Amino acid sequence: MRNMLSDQVVGLKPSGIRKFFDIVSEMKDAISLGVGEPDFDTPWHIRDEGIYSLEKGKTFYTSNAGLKELREEICNYQERRNKIKYDPLKEVLITVGGSEAIDMGLRAVINPGDEVLIPQPSYVSYEPCAILAGAKPVIIDLKAENEFRLTAKEIEDACTDKTKVLILPFPNNPTGAIMERKDLEAIAKVIIEKDLLVMSDEIYAELTYKGEHVSIASLPGMQERTILINGFSKAYAMTGWRLGYACGPADIIAQMTKIHQFAIMCAPTTSQYAAIEALKNGDNDVAEMRTAYNQRRRFLMNAFKEMGLECFEPFGAFYVFPCIKEFGMTSEEFATRFLEEEKVAAVPGTAFGNSGEGFLRISYAYSIDNLREAIGRLDRFVKKLRAEKK
Amino acid sequence: MREELLAVIEKNSRIDLKELAVILGVEEIDVVNEMAKLESEGVICGYHTMINWEKTSLEKVGALIEVKVTPQRGQGFDSMAERIYKYPEVDAVYLLSGGYDLLIIIEGKTIKEVASFVSDKLSTLDNVLSTATHFILKKYKEHGTIFKKEHADERERITL
Repeated sequence: MRNMLSDQVVGLKPSGIRKFFDIVSEMKDAISLGVGEPDFDTPWHIRDEGIYSLEKGKTFYTSNAGLKELREEICNYQERRNKIKYDPLKEVLITVGGSEAIDMGLRAVINPGDEVLIPQPSYVSYEPCAILAGAKPVIIDLKAENEFRLTAKEIEDACTDKTKVLILPFPNNPTGAIMERKDLEAIAKVIIEKDLLVMSDEIYAELTYKGEHVSIASLPGMQERTILINGFSKAYAMTGWRLGYACGPADIIAQMTKIHQFAIMCAPTTSQYAAIEALKNGDNDVAEMRTAYNQRRRFLMNAFKEMGLECFEPFGAFYVFPCIKEFGMTSEEFATRFLEEEKVAAVPGTAFGNSGEGFLRISYAYSIDNLREAIGRLDRFVKKLRAEKK
Repeated sequence: MREELLAVIEKNSRIDLKELAVILGVEEIDVVNEMAKLESEGVICGYHTMINWEKTSLEKVGALIEVKVTPQRGQGFDSMAERIYKYPEVDAVYLLSGGYDLLIIIEGKTIKEVASFVSDKLSTLDNVLSTATHFILKKYKEHGTIFKKEHADERERITL
């Protein structure tokens, strides 16, 4: 038989640390700091609404763009939180998780050869989605000395006459970095000057621990050039429901909806009903979970300080990104030894791009008790490595 | 800090003070002072342990008793409530709106003990008009804690 595989798909870089992940999944008694999803259950009233919708027999497709009531609630939310007004009929698309919105958004705007700016370290799907959409990904390596924030200069330096889209992944997975209003204002100028479209992935927006999250779409002149992506996974602990959305200019949303219609039809109906309840009555749950995450974040930052491990203070998502350069080994070596010798799984920074080298992503989507145990082991491991070096 | 502190220690009163200060993002001395203040103000009334007695070999019987009483001139229901809550076997007393006045939660060693409290002590009190006793068959959840063991972490070890 011929080789039936797509050259482009085969050519996608497989995650360089597959081997590490395989070891993790095989090690039975390991504890983990490696999970990128909330440890909380979906709040009961939200689950109950999903169950109720099933009882009522709401088991059919919804319209392609999603339930109108849900789109209206999303618009209410965006106005309430970000002071941005969207038209629920033309400027919102409900997707299967934020990930689908990333894929659809890029496919809707890319012509062959267009360049997409991707700041890294960041979530793993931007680069392959850009490639599959026919774009040329251009990586911007974010720097620890900027607390992994994106600067105007970095955008300017990466731009060519082919640059079309900037991915803006903040609050950031894996670094926990955020972009505050002043940071966004600084880059908005360049974005307008270079006539770029922004894909702002704000899936962690609700998990911001310094002031309020600011969306770049709320800055003057930015809404018309921003696809805002958000979803329910992180804010409401609804990862398994697979529900996200995109808000943006009507012409872009229309094209995204077309692809979404052909590829997906519509997002899961049960999840959409549950999400309406989340937006209507879920603010307290979000606040409670944010408080818990923030306590754990402080707990970890204090623990790093006490063990003398270098780490900038992150104010978003549920990750900390300590620097492990002092030990003179790669992130993957460090993570592998940490796993083998202390049975704790944490993700090497390089899983999120080459600029993650020398860092480790530690998730605090775990109870304090769990973190205390894992940090105790990290402390022991760090001491051991320091003793070895002497 | 006050509300967040209370929320944390309501769930875990045994938390280490140093750790409590760390997760609240304040100094340990501030936590100590605030807790002393909360105690003297009567906001913090005690640090109890939640026990699922059903798991022990000790037999205990619990009951909810609905009580209708005649309110006392000048004192409303308070003096009646006080007469009742002074009994050490009474766990809790609430004044309620609705079909009856006081709800009493009581714990005894045997059904007989609870029954004799109701018939000998409670119903013979002046101004108690009627009582209705409901024995507790099983406790599922108390003080926000579900007694059934929580399910284990079912998430994958690594997700990006």
